[in-house]
Amino acid sequence: MFRTRSIQSSLSIKDKILSIDYILVISIFILGLTSILAMYSTDGGELKYHTQSHILRFFVFFVMFLTLSFIQIRFWHSQSYLIYIFFFILLLGVKYFGLTSSGSKRWLDLYFMNLQPSELMKVGLILFLAKYYHRTSIENLNRIRYLFLPVVVLIAPIILVATQPDLGTALLIAAGGLTVAWLAGVRVKFFAISGLAFIALLPIAISFLKPYQKSRILTFLNPERDPLGAGYQIIQSKIAIGSGGLFGKGFLQGSQSYLDYLPEKHTDFIFTLFSEEFGFFGSLFILFLYAIIVWRIIKIGNVTRSNFGKLFCYGFGTAFFIYVVVNMMMVLGLLPIVGSPLPIMSYGGSSMMAIMLGLGIVMSCKVYKDTPVN
Amino acid sequence: MLSPSSGNTVIKSKLIGRRMFLLTAAKAIVTFGIIGRLVSLQINERTKYKTLSDKNRFREWKLAPERGVIRDFFDKEIASNQQVYQVHLIPENSKDIEKLFVRLKTILNITEKKLFYLRRIIAKQKPWEPIIVSDNITWSEFSRLNLFLHELEGVKPIVSVARMYPDNSSAHILGYVSQVSAKDLQTKKYLKDLHVPGMSIGKTGLERKLDEEIIGKIGFQRYEVNAYGKRIKQILINEGQAGKSFKTTLDFEVQKFTSELLKDKAAAVCVMDVYNGDIVSLVSSPTFEPNEFVHGLDKNYWNSLIKNEMKPLTNKTIAGLYPPGSTIKTLVALSALENGVIKPLDTFKCEGKIELYGEKFHCWEKDGHGIVNLRKGIQRSCDVYFYEIARKLGVDRLSETSKKFGLGKKVLNGFIEERAGVVPNTKWKKKFIGQNWYLGETLHSGIGQGYFQSTPLQLCLMTAQIANGGFEIKPRIIFDKKNNNLREYIKYKNENPNDPLPTDLLVSNFELKPLFKNQEHINLIKDAMFSSSNEPGGTSYRHRWENKKFTFAGKTGSSQIKRFTEAQREAEVKQESLPYKDRDHALFVAYAPYNDPKYAISVLVEHGGSGGKTAAPIAKKVIKKVLERHELRERIDSLLGEQA
Repeated sequence: MFRTRSIQSSLSIKDKILSIDYILVISIFILGLTSILAMYSTDGGELKYHTQSHILRFFVFFVMFLTLSFIQIRFWHSQSYLIYIFFFILLLGVKYFGLTSSGSKRWLDLYFMNLQPSELMKVGLILFLAKYYHRTSIENLNRIRYLFLPVVVLIAPIILVATQPDLGTALLIAAGGLTVAWLAGVRVKFFAISGLAFIALLPIAISFLKPYQKSRILTFLNPERDPLGAGYQIIQSKIAIGSGGLFGKGFLQGSQSYLDYLPEKHTDFIFTLFSEEFGFFGSLFILFLYAIIVWRIIKIGNVTRSNFGKLFCYGFGTAFFIYVVVNMMMVLGLLPIVGSPLPIMSYGGSSMMAIMLGLGIVMSCKVYKDTPVN
Repeated sequence: MLSPSSGNTVIKSKLIGRRMFLLTAAKAIVTFGIIGRLVSLQINERTKYKTLSDKNRFREWKLAPERGVIRDFFDKEIASNQQVYQVHLIPENSKDIEKLFVRLKTILNITEKKLFYLRRIIAKQKPWEPIIVSDNITWSEFSRLNLFLHELEGVKPIVSVARMYPDNSSAHILGYVSQVSAKDLQTKKYLKDLHVPGMSIGKTGLERKLDEEIIGKIGFQRYEVNAYGKRIKQILINEGQAGKSFKTTLDFEVQKFTSELLKDKAAAVCVMDVYNGDIVSLVSSPTFEPNEFVHGLDKNYWNSLIKNEMKPLTNKTIAGLYPPGSTIKTLVALSALENGVIKPLDTFKCEGKIELYGEKFHCWEKDGHGIVNLRKGIQRSCDVYFYEIARKLGVDRLSETSKKFGLGKKVLNGFIEERAGVVPNTKWKKKFIGQNWYLGETLHSGIGQGYFQSTPLQLCLMTAQIANGGFEIKPRIIFDKKNNNLREYIKYKNENPNDPLPTDLLVSNFELKPLFKNQEHINLIKDAMFSSSNEPGGTSYRHRWENKKFTFAGKTGSSQIKRFTEAQREAEVKQESLPYKDRDHALFVAYAPYNDPKYAISVLVEHGGSGGKTAAPIAKKVIKKVLERHELRERIDSLLGEQA
């Protein structure tokens, strides 16, 4: 006990600042600046609403990220169940007081912003499971009794989110949670069994799908099925990316986006826009930035001593990677359009907040890498 | 407590690390998958997607070309273009079409029926293709529309040009233009790449004949459009090319003058230059208003046209078929002379009728003409004389001469409404009626009755070819300043009256095509026509011109609609007292001036009674008008000749 306290107290402010992972911070900052450029382009080269609020959000949450980095890792560990419960309550709040937009109820009106708790839950679930598996001993890990709680905390928010309806986010939440469980050592057979169960239940699940969700899946399987309807987004996105060629059409020259052929260009299709204007090399640049970010997060996971820190960093890093590739594969026509934002790049406060929160916890793992959590 | 827990922790850390390593490998694979996809889209298929992107981006609108103008010989526009105000609508730019219609109805005069029609079009075509709500609105409607434009999303006021005919005197020969129909698109190949909504094409007359050239080349505007079809900016514009303009041989002044003369009659007049076949005037009456067709025809007007017994829509000059009546006697006499059947001074005695093959054949002069030779036969139009020579000549030889002079075939190129008529002979009857020829029918043919059918233009051509000395000419209506061999030939002959060369050699030197064996025969006919118009007893003597400048030589004719009964003949029933529909068609052909023929004319008045009484006075007035304008025409001709 004494030793740990001494390590903790021996960290001066200077030490703390020096121990920050600057590569990660700089990568995030560059990505943020890139996203501002992209946002500026979606506004047709004018400093309009989307760009302004994106800039504001980026800097606010970037500062939040840096601030959170100095919060003790023990705090995150001790409060993770509470944080999860808080996010869960927010999700329940959406169910009863949520704002409805284009057919789904996802947001809470907080006056200064519309909060999307499902985005926060992406981090909340990882946090919860990281703590849970940190505390569960390796012998108990695969006992059915110990599987009960993880399944409940996984399923409950997913059902709430899926019924908003927001299938994409629900799947991404699940992906983060399952990753942590698997990393912690839960046997593959449990995943296999639940996978089989899922497939068996699929027909029933499909019957619960909204018509637009069904059509999205069918459209993914054959985008030309209905070129002016559901397949439109995929086709237009592919046209935009493909027509960008090697070097792109140039900044603010993306005809597909500024002529409004590109749907949802601020949010889900921001990569398409960037790719159209900056071409193959532009796309690689973005991919490269994300790769560095994921690499640094994993690296922090490697150096942090506690299993809680490791589980969180690996879990969040993997989830972050999944968010990125799911979004990219979606706009490249490799996955159905499920509606998932590209971290940091996409317009949207809640997503930005959740990502910055996750990154803050990751950075805290770095700053307090040698601090035991309990 | 610390050590087992820490040992446990270390094992767990290792497990986590192992699994993380697997995950990292998976991530690398997925990342390369994404890069591969980027390579495939942005490098391998970039051309394909670039094309698709451009296809998205650009949209073209076709622009209707301006139709060429048709001018008369004096360069007066007889089919011109005028500015019109139109209302176009681009459906996709309007949020609520129905609301827009309601609003438009308060501003413009639109019927429910029209709206119904518009809705059907909107449903059929692409939402960005403009539809024409109204193609000709008044200036006050147009300015009102512009005033309320801000509440009429999708509506576009357009200033365009449309066909305008300054006068309806030439409606038949010019024809009219009207909207392209589905059938036009099928049958007319040149419209395939040309079709623009709202474009008019020629439906009849010259407008139709010249359509392919006069319509022009289509233009287009290329716009960059956004996903909602809104035009963002114009990238390219190609104005197209206005259609070719045409100059005709018509004289607008004569057209107007003649048209006025024929007012309220069902009649036709053709005037032709006897040397080059230039058609100076071609008027059919009653006429119609061609401007009515340009912007969608009013149903009531259309009904009034097709119900009118005088058939205002038919161009009687080329599509009206009439028995040539006594005007054919010129050719009967010529054929008889050419074939050596008679000599000019051979005589027959006319007692008002003859009996042949058990049938009575009457002369129009009940009391007979007495002793009649060729000249008198033509002058008085003695039927008995022509029964006699027709009998000797036979129908087949008459048919041959008639065809040579342009009867029984289409003489003007490219007018779908033109009809060929009939020149009967024994073969023809066998083929088309399936019966043998009766000799009595030869006699009817000899006075231009029976199966004979001809158009006024054919009769005019026949007369012109007699007047010019018996040379073939081709009627034409599009101006052409080619050298005229026939005119040069005449000039040469007048300048060298004693040229030793034989006529046939001269004729072939000038590349002329004579229609005679002996030109003297033609001169005999011309002289007989002179006597018919200018000597006492002639059938049109009362309507002659004393003034040498206008003196014409003509031949009257009347084609029977209904056979006279014996009782009517006995009672000397006058044509005027018959019901309108039963009266004969009045015909008159002539050329003028007699001593130096320049123009040939044919006049037809449906149910006009006798040619001498009804048709000749019209011809007389038209001849004077045409000859008065001859010098002017001549001057322009020589000016144009110098240019050439």
